[in-house]
Amino acid sequence: MKLSVWTYEGPPHVGAMRVATGMTGLHYVLHAPQGDTYADLLFTMIERRNHRPPVTYTTFQARDLGSDTADLFKQTCMDAYERFRPQALIVGASCTAELIQDDPGGLAARMGLPVPVIPLELPSYQRKENWGASETFFQIVRHLAKPCAPTAGLTCNILGGTALGFRHRDDVAEITRLLEGLGIGVNVAAPLGASPADIARLPAAEFNVMLYPEIAEPACRWLEREHGQKYTRTVPIGVGATRDFVAEVAEITGMAPPVRADESQLRLPWWSASVDSTYLTGKRVFIFGDGTHALAAARVARDEMGFEVVGLGCYNREFARDIRAAAKDYGVTPLITDDYLDVEAAIEQVQPEMILGTQMERHIGKRLGIPCAVISAPVHVQDFPARYSPVMGHEGANVLFDTWVHPLVMGLEEHLLHMFREDFEFHDDAGPSHLSGHAKPAPKLEIVPDAPAPEGAFIWAIDAEKELRKIPFFVRGKARRNTETFAAERGIEAISIETLYDAKAHYAR
Amino acid sequence: MTSVITEPLGCSDAPILKERGQREVFCGLTGIVWLHRKMQDAFFLVVGSRTCAHLLQSAAGVMIFAEPRFGTAIMEEKDLAGLADANEELDREVDRLLARRPDIKQLFLVGSCPSEVIKLDLSRAAERLTDRHGPHVQVVNYSGSGIETTFTQGEDACLAALVPTLGVTADKQLMLVGSLPDVVEDQFVRLFKAMGIEAVRSFPATERGLAPKVGPGTKVLLAQPFLGDAAAALAARDADILSAPFPFGADGTAAWISIGARAMGVPQARIDAVLETPHRRASNAVAKVAQNLRGKTVFLFPDSQLEIPLARFLARECGMIPIEVGSPYIHGSLVADDLALLPKGPLISEGQDVDRQLDRARDARPDLTVCGLGLANPLEAEGLTTKWAIELVFSPIHGFEQAADLAELFARPIRRRAMIDSMHPARVTA
Repeated sequence: MKLSVWTYEGPPHVGAMRVATGMTGLHYVLHAPQGDTYADLLFTMIERRNHRPPVTYTTFQARDLGSDTADLFKQTCMDAYERFRPQALIVGASCTAELIQDDPGGLAARMGLPVPVIPLELPSYQRKENWGASETFFQIVRHLAKPCAPTAGLTCNILGGTALGFRHRDDVAEITRLLEGLGIGVNVAAPLGASPADIARLPAAEFNVMLYPEIAEPACRWLEREHGQKYTRTVPIGVGATRDFVAEVAEITGMAPPVRADESQLRLPWWSASVDSTYLTGKRVFIFGDGTHALAAARVARDEMGFEVVGLGCYNREFARDIRAAAKDYGVTPLITDDYLDVEAAIEQVQPEMILGTQMERHIGKRLGIPCAVISAPVHVQDFPARYSPVMGHEGANVLFDTWVHPLVMGLEEHLLHMFREDFEFHDDAGPSHLSGHAKPAPKLEIVPDAPAPEGAFIWAIDAEKELRKIPFFVRGKARRNTETFAAERGIEAISIETLYDAKAHYAR
Repeated sequence: MTSVITEPLGCSDAPILKERGQREVFCGLTGIVWLHRKMQDAFFLVVGSRTCAHLLQSAAGVMIFAEPRFGTAIMEEKDLAGLADANEELDREVDRLLARRPDIKQLFLVGSCPSEVIKLDLSRAAERLTDRHGPHVQVVNYSGSGIETTFTQGEDACLAALVPTLGVTADKQLMLVGSLPDVVEDQFVRLFKAMGIEAVRSFPATERGLAPKVGPGTKVLLAQPFLGDAAAALAARDADILSAPFPFGADGTAAWISIGARAMGVPQARIDAVLETPHRRASNAVAKVAQNLRGKTVFLFPDSQLEIPLARFLARECGMIPIEVGSPYIHGSLVADDLALLPKGPLISEGQDVDRQLDRARDARPDLTVCGLGLANPLEAEGLTTKWAIELVFSPIHGFEQAADLAELFARPIRRRAMIDSMHPARVTA
């Protein structure tokens, strides 16, 4: 048992729902009690979908237990088939139904329905949402994909996009465009937008693009083994990764090098190089998200924006190894956890100037007063933008630049904050001037001299504390930490103005 | 329980369509979202699965991120293997929680579907943990599971579980039952005091130390129609459960307060004198908003059990025409007065088979459909105008001063629809 307040991932059947809801012509019959229908609103509200997810729940109650839950499942299955007439059914159990062991897969298989019935075994007490999505997609592909004649031109499949995915809609569109530029057509994009009939003709393509390894890897591996389709490993997020992706595609398809995509619309490199971005150089960022997006963000942050990566982690343990390896390269301690309190503690400790994270880290950032840009699921309704906003490919790189810069204090404003600290407009509680509509008036400096220092804390002399407050809010955390580390190393217990400036000189870079 | 209102008209004898199928409703765990705000020294610990945690996170919509006073002890594979281990694990998690949160005075162990299916005995656990952490912390258990409870029934189960912890009193007192927003509760208390009733208690109380006592002198006025088990538990403690229409709208509120006051021995003339001004003010305010509602049809999907009293308000005070009034569960005795006051006509349905009900709604094409969040956008995309039912649970809607706000909750989507249609006559949905 583990106490949890907020979770990064839902249960595995929600992953199955993301696959089903992204597809057309597929229906999911879920053996589940009343209440599990809450998951529908993730799709209809957060993603603003105009249809209910194609899911029918058996809705068993306590009085059904031990008597006829199996019959209830069969009846529900039949009713759902009659009403929705899908091309294929997926069937499975949510966490509670798993305990009553009705075997939905076996029951449905014996009903003689005229369409393929794909059983799902998603162990709710061991696995989570991403795993559920990848297993579901794998089972769908395994059951439906059939050997078929190759397509006329050179084509690939783009695999991994689902409903409720972070920017999946636009990533699929952007990568389709990128590939078209290389003369490669898209046979099928799946699960997002595909029907069971489309899945059947996956093997007609030359190769597969593994867009999201979290979801598509098992399916890609199986298609390679059974149908000889190679698949891409590089996730094209950022300038460098997109170039690597193009090179990988060229190699898979045997194009003669050098192959380079048309980069006329790629603006990140110049935006990053232009002098206004001077203030971005060396910004200390903490990165946390799903493995794929965290790894990609770290590369963009360091190698394309000039940030310093001071923290790197992911919540999906399946990617722990990759994150650990990358963390070594960045010289940071990897953080593999699905407990947001651990993430908060780690962020508080390293005092980054910016967080690249999920909606959880956005909340953490709010609490700690650190700007945050969202790079990964889980996300909220505001991260499903109306505009075209991919994070992959060339436009994706442009979007990353804009999205990451937006929460920060802008260049000259940063200087003004350094110069005029107690200004009525540029002060701590105002935040970046372009983000706060109702800047609060500057608060009076209040220092309670007799406040007892918490155990293990340093005693700051009043004037040193006052001096510290003159340092702008977005670097003050670092200054405090540096000073205290400096003091600790020298056995200084009471921190004076001198200690503060000694430490500043010591850490000068 | 004796009914005070006996009008010959209404839906008292209307046949009830009992549906059994897929339910598009929350389970009882959802009640934690408002209960933890009401009871400020309580922590709600769900013993359940990742699904339970995900539900609470999703249902809360906005995350109240400053460590909220609820959480889920997520069961893992090894907890399912042996109950002894599960109990040990639970004790350990509770120890940790209480060590970190010394401000907690009441701990609710909330049962879920999986904890009930594996028959984890939370009442024994509550006893054991009370021995261990009492008297500083009182540990109580109830079920919010989807196999036992629907949405608001979670509050009913919670309050019913609290009743045995209440002290005894024989004093004459009026007890308002159901977690009401503070502003509403204060308004009611003020009106009763103006009639000379000093002994007005609220249940649940905001803190454990303020919990009311109960006994033969207690007159219980239920503020919500879903509190059947809590009412039965209070009756078993010799309280007298009053029957009244629920305090929605000007007339509903007047009737509800009058019944409470009469039970406390206040003469009718004094009641009328106190209620006259607020009643008139509320009626006038409702009438203004109702201009947009009069003659419009409304279809209520089952959600919170508030549907019958709300339909009564919409029909009688706003001039709307209910087509179907669905409720997840109908406590016949609790809503008897509201049913009697609801004009004949609508189909009354209990339970749900969501696809069939959607077919009925599409056929009827009501001017307004009151439904859950899972259905709202899809129905809007089909051209129906919807009102999120959950807002009715999360907003102050009881009492005189909120009566017009309540009407406005229904008027707004209709006004908005007209506006959207003129701004975006052709629109593509996602």
